[in-house]
Amino acid sequence: MTPTGTKGEAPLRSDHDIVLARQLVRRITQELKFSLVDQTKMVTATSELARNALIYGRGGMMHWEILTGDSRNGLKLLFADQGPGIPEEFAKFIPYRYGFGCRDTNPLEMDLAEPLTAPPAPRQHAVDSAMETT
Amino acid sequence: MERIPILRMGEFLLVTIQIDMHDQLALKLQDDLSNAIQQHGTKGVLIDISTLEMVDSFIGRMVADISGMGKILGAETMLVGMQPAVAITLVELGLSLPGVATALNVERGMALLRRKIDADGADDTDRH
Repeated sequence: MTPTGTKGEAPLRSDHDIVLARQLVRRITQELKFSLVDQTKMVTATSELARNALIYGRGGMMHWEILTGDSRNGLKLLFADQGPGIPEEFAKFIPYRYGFGCRDTNPLEMDLAEPLTAPPAPRQHAVDSAMETT
Repeated sequence: MERIPILRMGEFLLVTIQIDMHDQLALKLQDDLSNAIQQHGTKGVLIDISTLEMVDSFIGRMVADISGMGKILGAETMLVGMQPAVAITLVELGLSLPGVATALNVERGMALLRRKIDADGADDTDRH
């Protein structure tokens, strides 16, 4: 898949899909002329959320959309999985419901993720980034 | 089967990660490295990530685990060559690679490892 359209999606069903999702986000952010650091942040966030969707969410999809503005371009990434979500009775103990690391994962997603929909399902994580055009 | 090559240089092992690893490959490397340390009696491991464009929590944990396992097997691990953008991302995401020794490049990493090993060797000469 090449980032020619303004939106698209990529499946997250295997280890290899995580690699493909990272490469796709790298290509899109390069095309949008994100700085190297911003590219790296987006790719790293993609890797974390894609793996999270695969391991804890029984797989899912990454939806991407190129956002264009008058002076800024951005990339919106949405990660949707088929996970069970966090039961209501436990959720109240968790300060930040979405993207909170469980078991041995690092709660890296917390700073990047932003909940889009209310529970129960599907769980979704979104990452937005914008930059000035050159 | 796809795998990341481990080069033996005297008492060191050198691993250069040049591809975008999937998770199973990273776990395989962990396995292969601990076997190689045991087999060769390695004192030092250098992991060169100068061509790696991203380090996420999974790779970070893999490196920390290799470092920890290596230590138990008597080998020091040095992570070298991290790109500035990767370092910035890691720090801003709060992933500071605890317990992992790092150096700017292979040359400096090897010098540091050499010093560490020599210092340790002086401590336990009586064991041999």
